[in-house]
Parts: sequence; C-alpha cells; structure tokens
Amino acid sequence: MATPSEVVLEVRDLVKHFPLTQGILYKRQVGAIKAVDGVSFELRRGETLGVVGESGCGKSTLAKLLMALERPTSGKVLVNGKDITTAKGAELKHMRRNIQMVMQDPYTSLNPRMTVGDIIGEPFEIHSEVVPKGDRRKRVQELLEVVGLNPDHINRYPHQFSGGQRQRIGIARGLALQPEIIICDEPVSALDVSIQAQVMNLLDGLQKEFNLAYIFIAHDLSVVRHISDRVAVMYLGKMVEVGTDNQIYDRPSHPYTQALLSAVPVPDPEGREQRERIILQGDPPSPANPPSGCRFRTRCWKAQDICAEQEPLLEIRAQSGDHPTACHFAEASDVVHVS
Amino acid sequence: MTEVLPESKSSNGTYGGALLEVDNLHVEFHTRAGVAKAVNGVTYSVNAGETLAVLGESGSGKSVTAQTIMGILDMPPGKIANGEIRFRGTDLLKLPEEERRKVRGEGIAMIFQDALSALNPVFPVGWQIAEMFRIHRGMSRADAKKKAIELMDRVRIPAAKERVSDYPHQFSGGMRQRIMIAMSIALDPEVLIADEPTTALDVTVQAQIMELLAELQRESNMGLILITHDLGVVADVADKIAVMYGGRIVENAEVHDLYRNPAHPYAKGLLESIPRVDLKGQELYAIKGMPPNLLDMPTGCAFHPRCPYRQEKCVTDVPPLHTISGTRGSACHFWREVLDGDAQ
Amino acid sequence: MSEPTAAPAAPASAGKPRSLWQDTWDILKHRKIFWISFALLIMFLVMAAFPSLFTSKSPEYATLAKSMEPPSSDAWFGYDLQGRDVFARTIYGARTSIIVGVLATVGTVLLGGVVGVIAAYRGRWLDSLLSRIGEIFLGVPYVLGAIIILGSVAPVQSNPGKTMIMTVVIVVLAVLGWPVLARIARSAVIQAKHQDYVQAARALGAGPFRIVFKHLLPNSLAPILVYATITVGSYIGAEATLSLLGIGLRTPVISWGIAIADHTRYIRTGAHAMLFPAAFLSLCVLTFVMLGEAVRDALDPKLR
Repeated sequence: MATPSEVVLEVRDLVKHFPLTQGILYKRQVGAIKAVDGVSFELRRGETLGVVGESGCGKSTLAKLLMALERPTSGKVLVNGKDITTAKGAELKHMRRNIQMVMQDPYTSLNPRMTVGDIIGEPFEIHSEVVPKGDRRKRVQELLEVVGLNPDHINRYPHQFSGGQRQRIGIARGLALQPEIIICDEPVSALDVSIQAQVMNLLDGLQKEFNLAYIFIAHDLSVVRHISDRVAVMYLGKMVEVGTDNQIYDRPSHPYTQALLSAVPVPDPEGREQRERIILQGDPPSPANPPSGCRFRTRCWKAQDICAEQEPLLEIRAQSGDHPTACHFAEASDVVHVS
Repeated sequence: MTEVLPESKSSNGTYGGALLEVDNLHVEFHTRAGVAKAVNGVTYSVNAGETLAVLGESGSGKSVTAQTIMGILDMPPGKIANGEIRFRGTDLLKLPEEERRKVRGEGIAMIFQDALSALNPVFPVGWQIAEMFRIHRGMSRADAKKKAIELMDRVRIPAAKERVSDYPHQFSGGMRQRIMIAMSIALDPEVLIADEPTTALDVTVQAQIMELLAELQRESNMGLILITHDLGVVADVADKIAVMYGGRIVENAEVHDLYRNPAHPYAKGLLESIPRVDLKGQELYAIKGMPPNLLDMPTGCAFHPRCPYRQEKCVTDVPPLHTISGTRGSACHFWREVLDGDAQ
Repeated sequence: MSEPTAAPAAPASAGKPRSLWQDTWDILKHRKIFWISFALLIMFLVMAAFPSLFTSKSPEYATLAKSMEPPSSDAWFGYDLQGRDVFARTIYGARTSIIVGVLATVGTVLLGGVVGVIAAYRGRWLDSLLSRIGEIFLGVPYVLGAIIILGSVAPVQSNPGKTMIMTVVIVVLAVLGWPVLARIARSAVIQAKHQDYVQAARALGAGPFRIVFKHLLPNSLAPILVYATITVGSYIGAEATLSLLGIGLRTPVISWGIAIADHTRYIRTGAHAMLFPAAFLSLCVLTFVMLGEAVRDALDPKLR
C-alpha cells in the first residue's frame, strides 16, 4: 500500500467472556471462558489482515464479535467510526450492509431448502431498499457470474453443487450488499486441495475489483501469507504478534509464532533431515483458566519468573525489530525457511 | 531418477516380496443411484521400516483401499470386485474371518482421523488399551493394566499412571490421538495404516504426533502407510508416494522425485497450487474444474476434463501406469511431456 | 481458464433444480411399503368420506331379532348385539376414528409445535420453563390423565351430543400428547438454529420472523411430519382404548372403539361383532405407522 487508505474497521480492547454456569433453574456463574481477551487492531480499505492461531485461540469468536452475532463483554468494534457492538434495530441492520462474512463449511452455511436464487437474493429481501424488486433476479444472476457460476443455475438447490461451488455461492451472498469489509472465517479449509486455489484466486480477484477489506481467519499459514498484507497471531484470546506478512514469516519474534511457523510441514522434501523443529510440549491451556502473566509461558522454552508475574504488552520492542510483539524476551529469528 | 528397487531392503522372514502388497484391487459400492467404482485397480506395497504416503482428495479411493486392507469395509454396499491384498505373501481376502481377525491388530493396525469417535466413551482409556492384551494375549487384568500404562508412557502421555482410569472425553484431541496410537501399536503390528491422523489437529499438535509416529517406526521398524491430502506432511515423512485420483494410482514415485519433477499432470497441478512466497500477489495456479463424480466417471483418463495436457487420446483411452524408471510410474499418456514441463 | 470445462459444471446427476422434498419423493416412489400404506390410506379416507359407497345399509337400523347373528351372505360381518349390521357400522366407524386421529394430531402439532419452536428459538429461562411444563404433562400417565379430564368434563352419566363428545376426546388427546411433539420440534429447531446458514441470515440482518419461517421451520419439518403421521395411528388406537374404558366416545357416535367395547363380553358367543371392527382398527393404525416409517426412511439423510 503506497498511501495508507482510510480505516474502515477499528477494534479496541475487545473482550468476550462466556460465563460458565452451574445449576438447572437458578444459574450461578462459577467462572468464565476468556475467548477473546483484549484485542485491538485496525483494518484499512482494500487491505487484508490475516488472523492465525490454533483452535481455542478465539479467532472464531472474534469473527462473531465483528459481525455483531455475539455481544462483547467490553470493547468497541467501529465500522466506519460507528460502534457496531452497541448498535440496535434499524441502525444495526443498516451497518450490516457494510460488513459481511464468508463461512467455513460450505455444507452447513447454505439453507438446504432454499434455491440458490433465494439464498443469494435473501440480502435484497432483507434490505429491500438496495435493489428494486424487479431487478433482483438479474442482480442475483450477475452475482453468480461474478463468482464464476452459471447464471442459469439460479433455481437449483445447494446439494446439487460441489463443495467449491457452494463456497462460491456463499461468497456471492456475502458480496450482494456490496460491503466494504468481508470477514472470511476459514473460507478454504473445508475444501479439497485442488479447489482451494480456485477459491483463493476468486477472493483475491474480488478484492481487487471491489476494493474490499478482508479479515482472513485461517489456520493454514501458507494460505494466510499468500493473501494477507498484515498478519496477526493469536494465542488464548490475545494477539501475541502483529506485522506485515514478511515481518511475521521471515522475522517472527514471539516464541509462539516461531513454534507455529516451524511446526508447519514444508511441502518440499529437500533437506528435511537437516530442518530444525521447535516442537512444543503439551496442549494449549484451557481458556477458562489461562496462566497468569504471559499465557504462553507454560509451553515456552524462554519462560522465566517475570513471565508469570507480568503480562507482556503487545508493543514494539528493541530486540523484536520493527513490529509489535507480546513477549518479554522477544527476539527476531528466521525459524524455518527452506525456500 | 535411477533409484534402485527398495524391494530387497529388509528381510521379511521366508517371503521374498514386500511386507504388504495391494495388487490390482477393485472395490465397488452399489448404491441406489448406481455402481460407484471407488477403487479401480490399485497396486502398492510397503516394506518394513518404510513410509508410503497415499496422497489424494476426498473420493480418490485412498481411505476405501485402507479399509479394504483392514477388512473393515462395510459390505454391502461395498464389494471387492477383484484383486489381492498380500500380507507376507498370504492373500488376506481369501483368509477365513477368524484368521483375518488375528492379522488385524497383530499384523496390520490402523489409526483414524477422528480419535474421539474411534474410542469407546463409556470405558476408561486404560481399560480399552488393556483389552487388547486380554483378548489377544490372554493376560490377567493386572498385567494388562500394567502393559497399558507402559504403552501410554511410550506414546508420551504425561502422568500415565494417574490417567489410566480417565475417560476419552477427559483428554485433549492430541492426547486422544496418542491413545489411539497406543492401542494400535499394542500388539506390535508390522504395518500401521494412519488415515489422516493429524487432519483434525492443530499444527503444533500435528508436529508432536508426526514426531511420535516417526519415533515409533524407528524403534519397531514398522511399515507405515500414511493416508493424507497434505502435501507438507507427505514431504516431511514419506519415503515413497502413491498419488490417487478417481480410484486409481496416477503416480508412483520416490518422494524426492515427485516433488522435484512430477510425472502426472494432477500431481504437478497440486504441487503448483501451493502458495509460494516468491509468487505472492500473483494468481495461484489452480487445477480447473472439480474432482470426478464416482457414479459418472469421465471416459478415458479420469483427469482429462481438468488436464492442461489433454489430447484426443485421453478422452478415449484409459492410460496404463507407464513405468518411467525402477518403481516410478505415471498413468499419463504424455508423462514425458509432463516431466519436461511444457504444458500444451 | 478459457476451456469450456472451466466454468465448473454441476454434477451430472443434477440436471434440473431438485429440492430435497423431490429427492424424498424419488426415494418414496420406489418403496413398496409406501405404496401399500398409501393405498390403504386412500381406502380408509374414501371410507370415511363416502361410507355409502361401500354399503347401502344404515348403521343405525336395528333389528333386535337378528341380534348377534353370525356373518352371512346377507350381512358379511354379521349383526351386533342390537341387531345392527356390523359391516355398515365398521365402515361408518372409519369416519369417526379418522376425524378424531387427524384432528387430535393437528391440535398436537399446533400446540406442541408452537411451544417447541418458541422454547428452542428463545432459549434461556423460557425454554427451561416450557420444557418443565411439558415434563409435568408427560409425567401424568396417559390413561389416568384422560380418566380425570374426561371424568370431570363429560361424566359417564351425562349425555353429551355427538360433536361435543368427539371434541372433548380430541382436546384431551392433544392436551396430553403435545409435549412429545414439543420435544421433537424443540430439538429439531435447536439443531437447525446452530447451523451456519442461520448465523449467515442473522449476519445479513434478518429478523426473528424471517429466521423462524424461512430457515428454522422448513428445516425442522421432516421429523415433525414423520412423528405426526405415526401419531394419527396411535391416536386412533388411543381413542379406541378410551372408548373401551367407557370414558371416550360413546353412543350415538359410531366408532370402532365403541363397537369393541360393546361386545367384549360376547367374545365367546359372537366374536364377529368385535373382531371385524378390531381388525379394521389394527389395519388403520398399521397404515399410519407404516406410512410414517416409509417417510422417515426416505428422509433419512444416511440413505442419500
């Protein structure tokens, strides 16, 4: 990006705790799952922010919060400067035109009892002011064409399409209201390998055509790198490192980022015997009871006393170089790269 | 590409061939909508200490082949139309069920993608591992339990002694996969089939499990058949690869050869569609179209509707598995052109 | 991507738009059991609607002299205690049984469906409350509940009209039966509610009305439909049970249950007066159960 364009989405100190309750009729709170615990970032027009992390790191909850499908415990999500978390009724409905999503599972994300035309046309029925009734069918057919499907298939049902085609239908539905922001929650991970590239290219092309801003949530690091301008790494509800794709992939400074990158199998057998791996011990702790201080310290080889006492802030540090990282002992190093 | 046949790598007792051989296997499914030919003449083999990766997408027949080897294919609707599966030279498909059961577990064992549904939720994991020893080895309860703890230690489950009485749902996904592995290696099988063992797991846990499998293999010299769609995992651990598409093996190769210079357009397309750093910002290479419908396979080569090398011949003639050199093979009429790399 | 195959063609099996209901129908029409139960259903419905097509005799006309006469070419099923034609009464009895079964089921589906959908959609305390209420109703033994309600609303010594007594029985069946349907509806809706397409609709800004009627209901209908079909059969049986106990339908209504009740004491001397209505009752119950099961099999996604 030569000149930074305007910020379309701003997230400030977003927190979501799911209460853990006991009792049948009178529910008593006994704790909380800290799914998202203080996340802040900005997203600019036409930009892609990749969000990576393992299951339980809170990335899917983050997506739901951004879409106002869940109310946060605290914090703000500003869409073009307006807070979507407190918006209600007509205002919220209007804001939704600007932020849409593409879901992971193309088999469950489309209503099996509706035709493709009804599915892609539903946004127009809900927001009836966008396209006059008579033009809707034509708009739906145009959208089908945009995502590479045959416009004549408008009356078919989802089960008549393959996984990759269904994902295209989901993308068309997301595009219908011409949003500025699209949240992509693992959009290719349920697809066959040979189909993933097709959908990635489609998303990439649509971004250029419509100047869309993407939040691209995925666990496949190479896919995230390919599409993202910036990448955020999440661990147990917090962002531990944020930077441009080169900063994160070539000079990761947080030990978790380093371990994550080194755990990804490289699709090239050359020199595999020499490759050094950081293999983390154990599983991530439960988000219901995260460790004190730095949440990664229980699996970290660098952990010292300070890590248990003081929570490292996400900030630019002397040793980490040029991008923010949340580690007391951050140190940039290239962990894997063969190619 | 002048690899010597790895056939003679190990000594398998009396039998001179490979430890496990699948020979021209055909499996069909008879469904309401017609006959689906899920496996169409698959031939592969694995030796002791060797890792064979079977690479393919959903519907390629890779899991059905594995289920047939294990004898756990649902029949009907499944039906073995032709072929042999030889373990130490004996055709398993001709064995009576009782002897077959003996091979299962002691000769060949299998682990699955979804460890949670493969474990019985109402019994403690230690009991389930011990069960293997009680049934197959006739051990006493106490001895079997001791062995179970030993095994849980071996697959590096922390505090195995305390956790032996825990139930499957009390373990994380990675730990459950370890328990499955413990059960599968309990009877020291000579061949372990791992069907997408890490697909449901996070990358850091995947790395742990793959390391564990490699270590167990080193210790016991097992033959490992790794069924996966992940090109990264394959590159990491495989000795040789069988690429499957539409129920057939389309390429057989030693791992370095395949990644350096694939000889089948499908394998080549898969490798090229991996996002690469130096091509960021450009359009990814994408294999066009979609995987074939098993009920309605394309004529000739099943890959022809998606293939950039397609000629008239591909639409009419099913390509045989051409031998390129040694054990290397490609089921493409134009494998020479694919190797040289000039599409169209 | 300039090849003709580049625009991904749909699977060959998908030539025309096909909804899931059409697929279900495709499976159904290849099932023998469906056609058998369907034919029987049509027969019973015609019997209920136009009994005069089957018999020219009046079910009310009594010739006491012919009391308990066995079947003959004149009266195929013989005569009952009061000398009425059993065949005619059996044919006319279909109407009552089917009306009671169908209307009680409609009531059950409406009551149970609304409660189930509301409980599942709103969740939280309302779900707990409605579910507990349902459990209270379920906790009451069926026959006991019916005896209590029927005994107080339409005591044995009272003499209510035809419509009145049928209405009371229908209401009792629906009131005692709705919780099972509410449970089925609730779990089907909860299952649908967690599907991604509902989230997607919410993300588009869809209101509760649209979510319930466009997304949740169409996807929860299948199990409700199956249960409802089977319920018609079991309500017909239940009506007979209540009538047999003397607290359900009673004369002047003509029903299979009453016919059985009236002749249980004569089973050794004149079994025909009871056996023919009983056979029709069993066949009718079986018809609905078979139909329900055929539909369930066709809807079972595992067979797809």
